[in-house]
Amino acid sequence: MAQQAEASTLGMWVFLVTEIMFFGALFMAYIVYRHASPLGFEEASHELNLYLGAVNTAVLICSSLTMALAVRAAQTNQSRGTQIGFLLVTMLFGFGFLGIKAYEYWEKFQVGHVPGPNFVWDGQYPHAAEQFYSLYFGMTGLHALHMIVGISIMTYITIMAWRRTYDSEYYTPIEVAGLYWHFVDIVWIFLFPLLYLIGGHY
Amino acid sequence: MSGHVAPKSLYYTIFAALIFGTFLTVVVAKIDLGIFNNIAMLAIACAKASLVVLFFMHVKWSSRLTWVVVCSGIFWLLIMFTLTMSDYMTRGWVAGTWK
Repeated sequence: MAQQAEASTLGMWVFLVTEIMFFGALFMAYIVYRHASPLGFEEASHELNLYLGAVNTAVLICSSLTMALAVRAAQTNQSRGTQIGFLLVTMLFGFGFLGIKAYEYWEKFQVGHVPGPNFVWDGQYPHAAEQFYSLYFGMTGLHALHMIVGISIMTYITIMAWRRTYDSEYYTPIEVAGLYWHFVDIVWIFLFPLLYLIGGHY
Repeated sequence: MSGHVAPKSLYYTIFAALIFGTFLTVVVAKIDLGIFNNIAMLAIACAKASLVVLFFMHVKWSSRLTWVVVCSGIFWLLIMFTLTMSDYMTRGWVAGTWK
């Protein structure tokens, strides 16, 4: 059984490595274009609300804590109520994150910072700003998609926990789902300073 | 099977460290350190990611094979960043290679 659990964990890690490369490609594009237009990116980044970004970072960190505690609850044979409690709180934080993101996107649509025919920019570097926002929507959009997938997976895990599936003998699915969840958190840990905090705000 | 069970206190400690790291990142962003702003914020982000990988994702207590997979993923990412940027950053150093 231990070998099977090890194999499952390893399988998820191999998948996460492909995800690292998946997001890595967008980070690569970000690096190239920021290197080409450092001042333009700085100007564009200032139009993002860094406090909302920071709150979102904290929300995801909280969700990672509750996720780790959910796995631990299964590992230590705690009741399904405890497991489900932690899982539901994790999902709640996930929804909170998406809610804040939705507000941010809505605000960007309002002020016309969405790349395309309706893009308006009254700063010094409109071209770089449009590049920045293409990357902003692309990277946070892909991340949000992963969040939605993560919440869907958690829904399934919660149902399985309700059926008393997980205990100290068998908790592999919840551990593996946790790995995915933590990965999505890590991606955001890098997205936050790179998108919201360029050039400082002093 | 029984993997390593971490004490709850450890998780709370890591959580506190992560929240502090986030707070620190915002503080650092508001001070003018010149070029070190970026370095400091990325260093903090790497530290936070390491904490999540090692403790929340249990890699600290995982097999060597898992370590190899994780490290190789990061390594490959760094190869992509390094080789690509070594191209872009040396554009124009030799005549005819601009863009």
